[in-house]
Amino acid sequence: MATLSVTRPRKSRTLTAVMALYLVYTLVPLVWLVINASKTQSALFSTSGLSFGGPFALFDNIGRTFTYNNGIFFRWLGNTLLYVVVGAGGATLLATAAGYGLAKYRFPGRRAVFAIVLGAVAVPTTALAVPTFLMFSKLGLTNTPLAVIIPSLISPFGLYLIWVYAADAIPDELMEAARIDGAGELRIFLTVTLRQLVPGIVTVALFTMVQTWNNYFLPLIMLSEPKWYPLTVGLNQWSAQANGAGAQPIFNLVLTGSLLTIIPLVIAFLLMQRFWQSGLSAGSVKQ
Amino acid sequence: MTSTAAPPVPVPARPTPTARRPRRKWRGWLFVAPFMLVFALTFIAPVVYAFVLSLYRDQAFFGGTVFVGADNYVQVLGDPKFWESFQRVLVFLAVQVPIMLLLALVAALAIDSARLHAAGFFRIVIFLPYAVPAVVATLMWGFIYGDHFGLAADLNHLLGTDAVKPLSQNWLLTSIGNVVTWEFVGYNMLIFYSALKVIPTELFEAAAIDGAGTFRVIRSVKLPAIRGAIVIATIFSIIGSFQLFNEPNIMRNLVPNIIGTFYTPNMYAYNLSFAGQQYNYSATVAIVMGVITAVIAYVVQLRGSRKGM
Amino acid sequence: MSRHTVVKGHSMSRIRSRAKAFAAVALAAALAVGCSSGSSSGPAAATGTQDSVDAALKAGGTITYWSWTPSAKDQVAAFEKEYPNVKVNYVNAGTNKDEYTKLQNAIKAGNGAPDVAQIEYYALPQFALTDSLANLDQYGFGSFEKDYSASTWAQVKNNNGLYGLPQDSGPMALFYNKEVFDKNAIAVPKTWEEYVAAAKKLHAADPAKYITSDTGDPGAVLSMIWQAGGRPFTVDGRNVKIDFGDAGTKKWTAMWDQLIQGKQFAPIKEWSDDWFRALGDGTIATLVTGAWMPGNFMSSVTGGSGKWAVAPMPTYDGQPVTAENGGSAQSVVKQSANPALAAAFVRWLNHGNGVQPFIKSGGFPSTTADLTSPAFVDEAVPYFGGQKINQVLTQASKDVAKGWTYLPYQTYANSVFSDTAGKAYLNGTPLDAGLAAWQQALVDYGNQQGFTVSAG
Repeated sequence: MATLSVTRPRKSRTLTAVMALYLVYTLVPLVWLVINASKTQSALFSTSGLSFGGPFALFDNIGRTFTYNNGIFFRWLGNTLLYVVVGAGGATLLATAAGYGLAKYRFPGRRAVFAIVLGAVAVPTTALAVPTFLMFSKLGLTNTPLAVIIPSLISPFGLYLIWVYAADAIPDELMEAARIDGAGELRIFLTVTLRQLVPGIVTVALFTMVQTWNNYFLPLIMLSEPKWYPLTVGLNQWSAQANGAGAQPIFNLVLTGSLLTIIPLVIAFLLMQRFWQSGLSAGSVKQ
Repeated sequence: MTSTAAPPVPVPARPTPTARRPRRKWRGWLFVAPFMLVFALTFIAPVVYAFVLSLYRDQAFFGGTVFVGADNYVQVLGDPKFWESFQRVLVFLAVQVPIMLLLALVAALAIDSARLHAAGFFRIVIFLPYAVPAVVATLMWGFIYGDHFGLAADLNHLLGTDAVKPLSQNWLLTSIGNVVTWEFVGYNMLIFYSALKVIPTELFEAAAIDGAGTFRVIRSVKLPAIRGAIVIATIFSIIGSFQLFNEPNIMRNLVPNIIGTFYTPNMYAYNLSFAGQQYNYSATVAIVMGVITAVIAYVVQLRGSRKGM
Repeated sequence: MSRHTVVKGHSMSRIRSRAKAFAAVALAAALAVGCSSGSSSGPAAATGTQDSVDAALKAGGTITYWSWTPSAKDQVAAFEKEYPNVKVNYVNAGTNKDEYTKLQNAIKAGNGAPDVAQIEYYALPQFALTDSLANLDQYGFGSFEKDYSASTWAQVKNNNGLYGLPQDSGPMALFYNKEVFDKNAIAVPKTWEEYVAAAKKLHAADPAKYITSDTGDPGAVLSMIWQAGGRPFTVDGRNVKIDFGDAGTKKWTAMWDQLIQGKQFAPIKEWSDDWFRALGDGTIATLVTGAWMPGNFMSSVTGGSGKWAVAPMPTYDGQPVTAENGGSAQSVVKQSANPALAAAFVRWLNHGNGVQPFIKSGGFPSTTADLTSPAFVDEAVPYFGGQKINQVLTQASKDVAKGWTYLPYQTYANSVFSDTAGKAYLNGTPLDAGLAAWQQALVDYGNQQGFTVSAG
């Protein structure tokens, strides 16, 4: 930590206490979710929100979440993983290559690329949904995994991050040396420079992963069959089925499903903490 | 808040001065082309299509498509529903964004200060909500907000009042702001924190020689040094606020009379298309919002960098 | 169009050709869409026979079925067992309006719609008018008229044709918490006047209890107006008249205003977890709703078991009259590649062996044979303290007031209800003003979409 080299300030209890208050705010909803995911539907309807009540049904709820409607939740989990692996994985690849190209090569149209990508971000994606939907349906892509995957292949933030990172992390001399050795540009990228980009790539991968995992609106309009839903859309459908004639409220499964949806991401973030933090730091150098 | 991340900052400096020979001039495209190809399909083509749509008027039931030129644009600019929704996100932006960024900044400074016990724990926990999908976050807060059986009811019971009504008309925008703040403070905190971590040590040494105290260091060393990060986070948040959709749209199930079909510009565009089949008008609303957002983001960026060091 | 203008400022020749190609695709798509939409319904197809349907069933094939009704899965399984050469791909594409949005999108896009879809009565005219549904008269289904209750048949049949077969129906009745009524010595109201009095008495005696909850549901509002004798919508082809100022409507608003402005409604959103709780613990003492409700009570309000009972819907003059609330039909979508087979499935569902699994799942049928069968009518239901509730509910289905019409763009209308009339519930302002605002929005929209709409 930068400040350490100057002084070694004493730990402050006041500061810690104030921050702990904020921590409570952050955690209360999550604690609430854990508590209520452990209740049966009838206990959910009859006991207070922040205390356990009724039989402890967390494991029962988890079991029912996975088996409800022939295990559709499991299928949604699988779909989500598919979209994350192919979508976020592809987004990371494309962003890495493009960011690297923009940082290390000067070519005609380079500034235009930047301007276009920048401008694109400002247009409300929600509202572009309709044109995208109509186009995709002409191409026969709606209600297929591709309809979700293709749009998630683009991460302007990832592009930007790699760009800044590559400009900094890869010395030109390294590339020149490889060229003198007779290596082609693609080979230089794959064998020499790619490994320098790893922290940046991991960071982009994690962020695109979160975005794909949390993607809701696009799959909602693109997909009509639950068998292709990701978790977010599926959970919202479970929540909506409490409505009207033939209502089948399963609030307890909605809550348990929500909990199960969060956990994998939390684990991924905890495990890869070291990588993404160094990637982000590098990204902010140039700001 | 859609989490489309935006990189609207100046083009990074120092393009590598390699390859002046013409035949090598184009090789950068080798790396950029795949991205741009998919980008063209998923961003440019829909925008072009939306623009084409915005020039026509189509009747959902009878009659065909008519070219109307700029008529739709004129209509949007005089549409009280559009301006009402725009005004609402403007208020949201003016209140929620500063609060969120301030909280994030304070948290980042605290974690970076080396004066906090268990700083690593704070860092990861404050970041956690970012990993919660907006759908889940909103469903969860929706349950909590219930003033009959939710946590709000418990709170009222505890305080012996019935004053806490997160889902009532006067509270609702604040309640949505709370969900968004909860979701994104950690994300912004991380952007600030990463920037703080890489401030060159020499700056601190100079400050130490001057005998500057903690707050002096924050004001004259840390904040100027992370100005770039602050500008980025501000632009992200502005774009996010203008695109506010998921949270109010899901919460609409709980309070349809308060969150109408044009609560935010994005919801308005969505409902025009999907409930009213007014695809052309909806595309126009989207484009107008896009232009406004781009202009404001650009202005913030200009101001942010002009006042820079 | 930020990007567009930005692009122009720079030299982009390399990707310009590519961009052009995409623009061309987009334009072509736009034109194709323009052409495919907006065709109006043609003349009614000649009445045909069921022969082609029987032949299609024999030949077999695969169809897709969209529905959210709880019995759909069992019904599909039973159908496939009976006709092994037919494969039905069952999809729950979302509950009511979510499904319609998807159906509408698929129709707009020209592909992706199912062969058979569940559509509620209020949404049926919209899909029928846009020529999106097959006219079942061509398969001779018109002869089934006598087999359905008059009120449901009227919902699927119009001058141009027959656009579905009715599945469930929702003649309205009064569901009340007998325990709460008895404890507070309140008599079951027979008239709306008594209902309003009961509301006041209950809430005064126990401020935690409310006569009902109503945050403003367009479907319920229209049903209430229907029962009161209001007929706000008159539709004749493209000519539409909307009038929320007629005597029937005013009768209802005058009565309901007393409840809204007297703050007699529990401020609880229908179908929320709070609401299910409130039905179970007596917070909400009555529901005036469709006959499909008992199934919901039994599966989702377990806490209310033994407490609830059913009575006829209160009226204005004590004479029995009721209205339909909710209910849906199954229709054949015109996009279907095998409409005859789709029609065969619809026939089996709602005019064949599919009806029994539906009733068993707690559904309330539209078929007269079932509405009059002693096994159904005289069943004592334990949840309702052994009351033979279907006696009340089947009577209600006979008492449905005639001559109701929905708007040909009712799903849109319902979506903007909260923007306009919903404010009356929110602010306690007069319903008439709210309905007038709704009316204005509907007149404007209809005229924009090519109807000739006049306000009454």
